[in-house]
Amino acid sequence: MAVTTARDAKAAPARRSFWSGIGQGRHVLGLLFMLPAAAFLLFFLTYPLGLGVWLGFTDTRIGRTGVFIGIENYQSLFEDSLFWLVVFNTLLYTIAASILKFALGLWLALLLNQHLPFKAFFRAVVLLPWVVPTVLSAIAFWWIFDSQYSIISWALIRMGLIDAPINFLGDVTNARASVIAANVWRGIPFVAISLLAGLQTIPPSLHEAATLDGATNWQRFRFITLPMLSPIIAVVMTFSVLFTFTDFQLIYVLTRGGPLNSTHLMATLSFQRAIPGGSLGEGAAIAVAMIPFLLAAILFSYFGLQRRKWQQGGGD
Amino acid sequence: MSQSTTDHLTDNSTGMSYLDSLPRRIVTVFLPLLIFVFVLLFPFYWMAITAVKPNFQLTDYNNYSPLWVVQPTLDHIKYLLFETSYPAWLWNTIFISVAATFISLVTSVFAAYAIERLRFHGSRWVGLGIFLAYLVPPSILFIPLAIMVFGIGIYDTKLALILTYPTFLVPFSTWLLMGYFRSIPFELEECALVDGASRWQILIKVLLPLSVPGLISAGIFSFTLSWNEFIYALTFIQSSENKTVPVGVLTELVRSDVYEWGSLMAGALIGSLPVVILYSFFVDYYVSSMTGAVKE
Repeated sequence: MAVTTARDAKAAPARRSFWSGIGQGRHVLGLLFMLPAAAFLLFFLTYPLGLGVWLGFTDTRIGRTGVFIGIENYQSLFEDSLFWLVVFNTLLYTIAASILKFALGLWLALLLNQHLPFKAFFRAVVLLPWVVPTVLSAIAFWWIFDSQYSIISWALIRMGLIDAPINFLGDVTNARASVIAANVWRGIPFVAISLLAGLQTIPPSLHEAATLDGATNWQRFRFITLPMLSPIIAVVMTFSVLFTFTDFQLIYVLTRGGPLNSTHLMATLSFQRAIPGGSLGEGAAIAVAMIPFLLAAILFSYFGLQRRKWQQGGGD
Repeated sequence: MSQSTTDHLTDNSTGMSYLDSLPRRIVTVFLPLLIFVFVLLFPFYWMAITAVKPNFQLTDYNNYSPLWVVQPTLDHIKYLLFETSYPAWLWNTIFISVAATFISLVTSVFAAYAIERLRFHGSRWVGLGIFLAYLVPPSILFIPLAIMVFGIGIYDTKLALILTYPTFLVPFSTWLLMGYFRSIPFELEECALVDGASRWQILIKVLLPLSVPGLISAGIFSFTLSWNEFIYALTFIQSSENKTVPVGVLTELVRSDVYEWGSLMAGALIGSLPVVILYSFFVDYYVSSMTGAVKE
């Protein structure tokens, strides 16, 4: 990108007549080429985004156009203890799952970056959980977390670690841990493979030089790998946080928010109030309430990126 | 796209592994790796083994080991294919995914070319907008979209999904193709311009043939994302014959009284197979599109 911009700037004075001849056409053609994508995104993305914000200020129900009611939806949410429980659940789910995904994903990336036999095979296999539809793998987890016939309970009983089957999805703490585990299972591959790509761009000479200077493995990881990897970590974790925070499918399959609403997330509550419940306005308000959190996550990673541009050899 | 360079770097970066002794490597590398692979793959094994287990073995852990199957049966799969709407869901999913992917690819190629190469006034801002559009999650769009889908009269049709899936496919594909077009030397295009080719000819005859790997990446990735989509399909589709596989399996095969784990697992397995097969043929394209999207 920088190269072509520089080229444009340099070429412009020399070939003014050439560019001015087609320059006009370039802009018109550019807009023409943008048209299909822009039309799609404006109509099906920007407009609904605005419509969603508007709906949050109305009392629209299914089958009835609502009227503007100001911040009444938000006021009632503010006083709704369930809403605050759901915000807490969402934050707990996002933070716990993201930390685990990051730690385990980084570990897996470091393992895959080693010299291994069948490396391509391992790399291919590791990505599988991410490829299959979440709903379908969640159904498999539902069966794995069955209260009576869970294979995990069976294995633990056989090993003599527990006496009775674990009630994975029926108990508040267990249910939270189970949905987080299933989310982590699905999220590790994305983090690992992306970080692996980052690891492969670190020049091996840095590690060799550090080893010659007597650095330990931990020091090499802490002072070479981690700083060199941080730009890509910021991007990967932003995506991960974003998609964990707005997760819907896994919860909808495994618990539908239960037991005692302990696994209800903002997205599932928004769906429940809007579609089966019929209060589109209230559902939209919950969805809009997610936006500040998402913006915070994006800004956090954006500034994380800015500060570290030098690490990839760009800028100062 | 950078497969050869990546491999080359990989080989170099492992140059110091000889410093570790073999027993040490077994404990620090192979053992954790095997545990990772086991945990990541076990649900698939469990899915597959349940799908072919006769019902009487499914819950009888005392007489039959749950980890293996004696007398495997195809009953669950037969039930799925001949007594439910599963084949229709499969066809719907294929049709919707292919159509949405096609629309997204065509619009994305034009958009990416315009942003990256035509560089019209404001193209940088449009590029930034595309990236931000990529970050808008479906869970905050499905309510207003449901109202729109209802308003324009395509509720409960495949068209509803074909038209809404590009909202997350176009930003992704455009972003990916922009990166890909950037890697193609500008000189090629200049030569063609000097030779009197139009922008249209350059795009079709010069740029696209060189971008085939990028197009494959964007295409299979978009196909997978459409295949896996759930919340729109759940909200916009009502009738059984228009459902997609993920929604159909969850809403129609799950009955509140008895969980038919065999057919559920068979449904999950068969519903995963197409993307897994596609994936197995194009692993490198997947990896490059995934990391390409992350690396800006």
